Amino acid sequence: MNAKRSDKIATGVLYAMSGIIVLILALLLFYILANGLPHISWHFLTAPAQSFEKGGGIGVQLFNSFYLLILSMVISTPISIWAGIYLSEYAKPNRLTNIIRTSIEILSSLPSVVVGLFGFLVFAVQAGFGFSILSGALALTVFNLPLLTRNVEDSLRSVAFTQREAGLALGLSRWETVIHVILPEALPGIITGMILSAGRVFGEAAALIYTAGQSAPTLDFTNWNPFYIASPLNPMRPAETLAVHIWKINSEGIIPDAAAVSAGASAVLIIAVLLFNILARLIGNKVYKRLTGV
Amino acid sequence: MQNYSFDDTYFLPLDPKKHEIAISTDDLNVYYGDNQAIFDASLQFERFKITALIGASGSGKSTYLRSLNRMNDNIASAKVTGKIMYRDLDINGSGIDTYEMRKHIGMVFQRPNPFSKSIYDNITFAPKRHGLKDKAKLDEMVETTLKEAALWDQVKDDLHQSALALSGGQQQRLCIARAIAMKPDILLLDEPASALDPISTSTVEETLIRLREHYTIIIVTHNMQQAARISDYTAFFHLGHVLEFNTTKEIFTTPKVKATDDYVSGHFG
Repeated sequence: MNAKRSDKIATGVLYAMSGIIVLILALLLFYILANGLPHISWHFLTAPAQSFEKGGGIGVQLFNSFYLLILSMVISTPISIWAGIYLSEYAKPNRLTNIIRTSIEILSSLPSVVVGLFGFLVFAVQAGFGFSILSGALALTVFNLPLLTRNVEDSLRSVAFTQREAGLALGLSRWETVIHVILPEALPGIITGMILSAGRVFGEAAALIYTAGQSAPTLDFTNWNPFYIASPLNPMRPAETLAVHIWKINSEGIIPDAAAVSAGASAVLIIAVLLFNILARLIGNKVYKRLTGV
Repeated sequence: MQNYSFDDTYFLPLDPKKHEIAISTDDLNVYYGDNQAIFDASLQFERFKITALIGASGSGKSTYLRSLNRMNDNIASAKVTGKIMYRDLDINGSGIDTYEMRKHIGMVFQRPNPFSKSIYDNITFAPKRHGLKDKAKLDEMVETTLKEAALWDQVKDDLHQSALALSGGQQQRLCIARAIAMKPDILLLDEPASALDPISTSTVEETLIRLREHYTIIIVTHNMQQAARISDYTAFFHLGHVLEFNTTKEIFTTPKVKATDDYVSGHFG
């Protein structure tokens, strides 16, 4: 077989494989959206869920998902940036660094249900936070932190070494160089990674079932005092998220329109995750342009 | 390449009364782990002159240059012993504030490495970090350094454009402007033109010749014509040893050491 022919065959196989992936994704998307979109209405997006009757919405769950996401990002973003800077810029190649890196890798491959049970034990029971947004956000942080840290480290590392030399040769300290030269250049990659992981967290169910809980008490959207028990901002209230809601109505839901609610909620979830992905690209590109002016 | 004796050396003595010495090294040794890269290098660099460091690849000339402003500090396995005397101070000592020292000894690298910031910010970034806030002074600094680096006429209307949009030669001249914005005494250049085309190279060379009026320049170069064109003194490096130091004219016309003779006449390297 000559080189040209084998190259053609290889190209064909590669096309076919990528085609299969795109096809699966397209079919999945089409199926979920076709089933779910007809059920989505303003009422569905804003009304509280019903326990026994039909006509319930996902308003509270949707809010919970976003609130939990924001809270967990607020906790994990600074930690991951500091840890990523340490690993990429300061850590010397020795045993301690290796142990840290290995731990992060192991942590990132933990099944999310294990993270959930760990969160239940540590945050809900031992720390006494109960089934609450706080427990959920902390569990999501455990789930998310390794990947975020890895992402920050990789983004920093991808900045050319010559940039660090340029900073140092101008009499800047290593810290100044990292913060003012390396970090801005790595920022588009870091932001993209953050938003993509936000998408993953948004769709996470297993880590939340035993931490944020499976109930969504009705919220009083007129009172935003975080210490008021029915306040949307109260971090100590149980908060079923959209993904947990889908799991729950499919496993033990007794509402008559369970299938419809589940389909609609799935469509909303997938649209949100898609939006996160598109947003990641747009913002990443925009920040890069803004910072480099290219 | 034949074996040359490391004892066959020649060093032109510089009379300190006639020649002001900007920086010198005394028995400088550089190690990377167990490998010794530089052996007892003792050289003197005259103020407001250009000294070229020449030698084949792997001769240690870049390693030596990077020791002078202690850029090797960043390489964990590197160790530098011996003295580097600058203003009667051994800057290779442990009590030296390397960040402060690097304000006086600037460096331009082999590959242009502008920050991914605007042209203006590339120049003003470090001075601002060091405390210069006056906008008028910063503007003036940008103009004078870019003029010194022969870049002003080409970029004066796009100062707030990204430096990454410049050509390689322009980027390198921006890096030179950025280095001299710190008003260093000494400018170290590590093969600054090796990644550039011939026209950009000659612009950079003209820039360096002009800069000699105000700066002591030490340049590593691969290109012997370049050394001959722009430098006043030349040091020849061979396998980590400095074998000859002399005026550039002598080195290229009547070298005293056999290895230098063979290298400059193109027998190896």
